[in-house]
Amino acid sequence: MFAFLIRRIIQAALVMLVVASIAFLMFRFLGDPISNLLPEDATVQDRAEMREKMGLNDPVVVQYGRFIVDAAQGDFGQSYRNNRPVSDLLAERFPATAELVLVAASLALALGIPLGIYTALNPRGWLSQGLQVISLLGISVPTFVTGILLILVFSVSLGWLPSFGRGTVVDLGWWTTGFLTVSGLKALILPAIMLALFQMTLIMRLVRAEMLEVLRTDYIKFAKARGIPNRMLHFKYALKNTLIPVMTIFGLQLGGLIAFAIITETVFQWPGMGFLFIQAVNFTDVPVMAAYLVLVSFIFVVINTLVDLLYNVADPRLRAEKKPARGV
Amino acid sequence: MSLLELDNIVVEFPTRRGPLEAVKGLSLDLDEGEILGLVGESGAGKSITGAAITGLIEPPGLIRSGEVRLRGERIDNLPPEKMRRIRGKEIGAIFQDPLTSLNPVYTVGDQLIDTMRVHLGLDQKAARKRAVEWLAEVGIPAPETRLDQHPHQFSGGMRQRVVIALALCAEPKLIIADEPTTALDVSVQAQILALLKRLCRENGTAVVLVTHDMGVIAETADRVAVMYAGRLVEIGDVRQVIEDPLHPYTRGLMASIPQIGNRDRRLTQIEGAMPGLRNPAPGCAFAPRCPRAMDHCHSIRPVPQSAGTGQVACHIYGETQ
Repeated sequence: MFAFLIRRIIQAALVMLVVASIAFLMFRFLGDPISNLLPEDATVQDRAEMREKMGLNDPVVVQYGRFIVDAAQGDFGQSYRNNRPVSDLLAERFPATAELVLVAASLALALGIPLGIYTALNPRGWLSQGLQVISLLGISVPTFVTGILLILVFSVSLGWLPSFGRGTVVDLGWWTTGFLTVSGLKALILPAIMLALFQMTLIMRLVRAEMLEVLRTDYIKFAKARGIPNRMLHFKYALKNTLIPVMTIFGLQLGGLIAFAIITETVFQWPGMGFLFIQAVNFTDVPVMAAYLVLVSFIFVVINTLVDLLYNVADPRLRAEKKPARGV
Repeated sequence: MSLLELDNIVVEFPTRRGPLEAVKGLSLDLDEGEILGLVGESGAGKSITGAAITGLIEPPGLIRSGEVRLRGERIDNLPPEKMRRIRGKEIGAIFQDPLTSLNPVYTVGDQLIDTMRVHLGLDQKAARKRAVEWLAEVGIPAPETRLDQHPHQFSGGMRQRVVIALALCAEPKLIIADEPTTALDVSVQAQILALLKRLCRENGTAVVLVTHDMGVIAETADRVAVMYAGRLVEIGDVRQVIEDPLHPYTRGLMASIPQIGNRDRRLTQIEGAMPGLRNPAPGCAFAPRCPRAMDHCHSIRPVPQSAGTGQVACHIYGETQ
């Protein structure tokens, strides 16, 4: 187990190095930052000084080394747009994205798993068939369309929920939360639904397919032949086998949620990291873009490593400490 | 009174091209503690018969007519919850493949304990104690530690021992064993059969042993029922059926078992194949392949009648009576 952990951490570090290199390449290929940073009437002298100050005259290898070493310490330099440390900007925006993703992920799991189980256990029921059709819609309609529809119905027509922003947030010093105020919670509802919808339908369809598969296995038939009651058969014997592959996919999807949050945050003007990234793209604010890329990749890598570890805990077949006994 | 009676059961699978009868009116009796071998080639309906007894025919298959009686009580028409209580407690089952019969994510102890708690009303501690005893009973060394291991930590033969413990742990009076040793090594097969036989003898458990392996039958069974195309063709004591089979089909079956010392002879086989279940011929289903078929064999279906130590369904014996 320990060796496995070390191996995974080394792999993760390699992945991060590659991502950081790609992030660094953005600095080389996305134009000259000086023209954005200095006013139109800046002299050649000013430009040269700025260039020297930012270390842009150093050899590429030196710049690369500096970028990697700084990035490993969480320092991504100054934003070109508002002259503040990028790490501060991201730290400010991170809670908004984290809360949105957390709520959306919980929503997706809390609805997706039970609905998947229900449709697997009652495959011919009209409700199951209906859910299957709706889930097909959920999977195929682009998220920004559902987001705009949600705004149209609940914000514009009904006027129940806000169409943009986080509402009133409470500053806890290191974290700003929207969970503690009514307006903060109300503001969360629509973006969370928009972000969760695709994941929820995906999880529902996945749980349904896995569960149907598991219910056909010999060990379920044998348990049935031993008179194990249906409740235990479905929710104990079948469910655990169903959820192991679902867990892997969900781990991957959780990273996807953070990435998809860009669209949701744009539609709802949600002041999270994704929105920051979109603003950075408009301004060619390369340090912010690079930092976002590295940070999201980092979250991806961490989640996947955790899922692999969890997989080991959940599936006894992967715990290979003891060798199977020989002979009969 | 017999422990189990099958009274003219018909098992049917509705298909797009009309219903298909897999078992076409089968009657059988089984006494307490008796081991009955049910043989026949693939598609003869032997596994379906086993499933009909446990009430586990895969939908849309169903018992179209006839009755299954356990100690005189009809069980084929019980509501699902009542039948569930009978399964495991009154009628146990053992399936072919021990590698896939055990739930991979729970320990063998969990599975034993659950089964006993459901049927015997034991508490966790008592059930655990019984589970250890059961593992020891089926010959698993170090049962205390093995109890908390997962199925993948057991070898194939060991897993089938666990399966036997699971099938017997709620102390059923009848076990349906569907090809219990087919998936195992030949050397392990004999051990598993001997174990099954010993435990059933000790507990007075009756067994319906579904197999196509005459060697297994000879080794284990008291009586043999031979099925062909969904019907019973012969039933009798194991010794008589094996040494002096009456029905031409059983004779062919026995002759096709390879014998040591006959290396120069070609293996005898029954020419042709079992007829499809659709559009059955009016006469005896075996007539097209039967070396002794007479004219009326093709038009009149023989019914089982007393012969030898049991019954046989064949016109050859009708004439002598």
